[in-house]
Amino acid sequence: MSEFVQYLVNGLTIGAFLALIALGYSMIYGVVRLINFAHGDVFMIGAFAGFGTLTTLGVTGGMALPAIVAAVLVGALATGVVGTGIAKAAYVPLLASPRLALLIAAIGVSLALQEGVKVLTDARFKSYPNTLDGGQIFSGSVRVTWGQLALVVLSVALMAGLWLFVTRTVTGTAMRALAMDRDAARLQGINVERLILVTFFIGSLLAGAAGVMYGLYYVQISFGMGFLIGLRAFTAAVLGGIGNLPGTMVAGVAIGLVQSFSAGYVSSRWTDVIIFGLLIGVLALRPTGLFGERVVERA
Amino acid sequence: MTLLQVSDLHSRYGQVEALSGISFEVGDGEIVALLGSNGAGKTTTLRTITGLHRARSGRVEFDGRDITRLDAHKVVAAGLGHVPEGRRVFPALNVAENLLLGGYLRRRDRSAVAARREEVYEMFPRLGERRGQLAGLLSGGEQQMLAIGRALMLRPRLLALDEPTMGLAPQMAQQVLRVIREIRGQGATILIVEQNAHQTLRLADRAYVLETGRIVLSGPASELAQDDRVKAAYLGGDPAIEAQ
Repeated sequence: MSEFVQYLVNGLTIGAFLALIALGYSMIYGVVRLINFAHGDVFMIGAFAGFGTLTTLGVTGGMALPAIVAAVLVGALATGVVGTGIAKAAYVPLLASPRLALLIAAIGVSLALQEGVKVLTDARFKSYPNTLDGGQIFSGSVRVTWGQLALVVLSVALMAGLWLFVTRTVTGTAMRALAMDRDAARLQGINVERLILVTFFIGSLLAGAAGVMYGLYYVQISFGMGFLIGLRAFTAAVLGGIGNLPGTMVAGVAIGLVQSFSAGYVSSRWTDVIIFGLLIGVLALRPTGLFGERVVERA
Repeated sequence: MTLLQVSDLHSRYGQVEALSGISFEVGDGEIVALLGSNGAGKTTTLRTITGLHRARSGRVEFDGRDITRLDAHKVVAAGLGHVPEGRRVFPALNVAENLLLGGYLRRRDRSAVAARREEVYEMFPRLGERRGQLAGLLSGGEQQMLAIGRALMLRPRLLALDEPTMGLAPQMAQQVLRVIREIRGQGATILIVEQNAHQTLRLADRAYVLETGRIVLSGPASELAQDDRVKAAYLGGDPAIEAQ
């Protein structure tokens, strides 16, 4: 039983940051119909930005809640800026081109980010200071630390903030409208290019926050870390119905749980077989995601 | 006074020429109709004027200002509203949100947008009743009202309407035409694109007839309604064409 609870807690933690990455896939797909293959690498940039922040702050370990929060926020903002720059340089010029051009550009960006960081880090792993081990809320058979709780609270806060932004602000409403009909959005006076950049900023910001969380949680980061995590988060986005934000959040947490339970009860070797098996299953049986198509078709 | 002046406008989709030198004008306070059958270039004309489609050559002047190469969102800001073909409401947003976006350019002035929205609800009581409903679930006529109301949020000086009665039940179509008269009564200028020449010529002051990307006829609406060529092609003609 305690085993089960431990896997559940771990799964929720992993799921929280997978959901953050998945939201970026979903939002960006919504406004430019692009599966941003570089999104996992943007997440990786976030992990390094957070690492840089912690190093600059001189954090060496122990429970350091303010440092954790600072690293997540700074890492997220820095990643948001990087993601916006990438979109401006590589994607916006191709908006009028066939969609395949965008996809190829995204693959190019992905490789450039990976190789760039590989060179800058001499292809070595970097280790985050261990900040999550101290300060246990529960110890003994089930271990939950304050740091772990902080990660979950932060991601829930980010997701709640995103939800409020998208549903309650004019800019967020315009973003949803842009996802439905680009020309109609332009006719309302919406500067589509700028709104696309705002979307990339927010999507990258969320991925950056997740990158820092990953570093805090798993400690080791490297230039190639975004590939597999990106694919898992993409699976979550498809599972939740790409473009459907609440569905994506739920599916992100679900994939986190699948990962944790499969590693615990089966073997971590099987984790990705199970997750990507799920992806293929969903694509074959319910291509609009588990929650179905939420968008009402034009009458 | 001329509000909109279109001179020798050329436009193409890929290799296909859609507009081969269109010239016309819309005076302040007029209702001007562009008539023509499917594929004549009516929609392309509107899309080129409002910046959704790039002109190859020619010139569009609005209120004395060259807007030929402006992006669509800047044309809207200049005071030219466009109700596109097929209505194009945002289906998964509710009525209130659709109208909110119509006022997007005034978004810093929330109370002005809210007040204008109330005026639109007064003009279209049906929209007021359904403000919380998703636009995609409205009837075709209600969606057309919403599309027009959305464009009116910014009080455009010129409202361009693309086939506003297409696909509507006759009664609904009459209601839309009544609304268009009402809007003109409030001082807006109207450019309307239609296949249905009958009702449009009763509404408009002047009209132009397009055929394969060229203007082939123009004049006061009352004269065109009597013109044999117009009668043959659009009025008494093939009912199948009119039904489209």
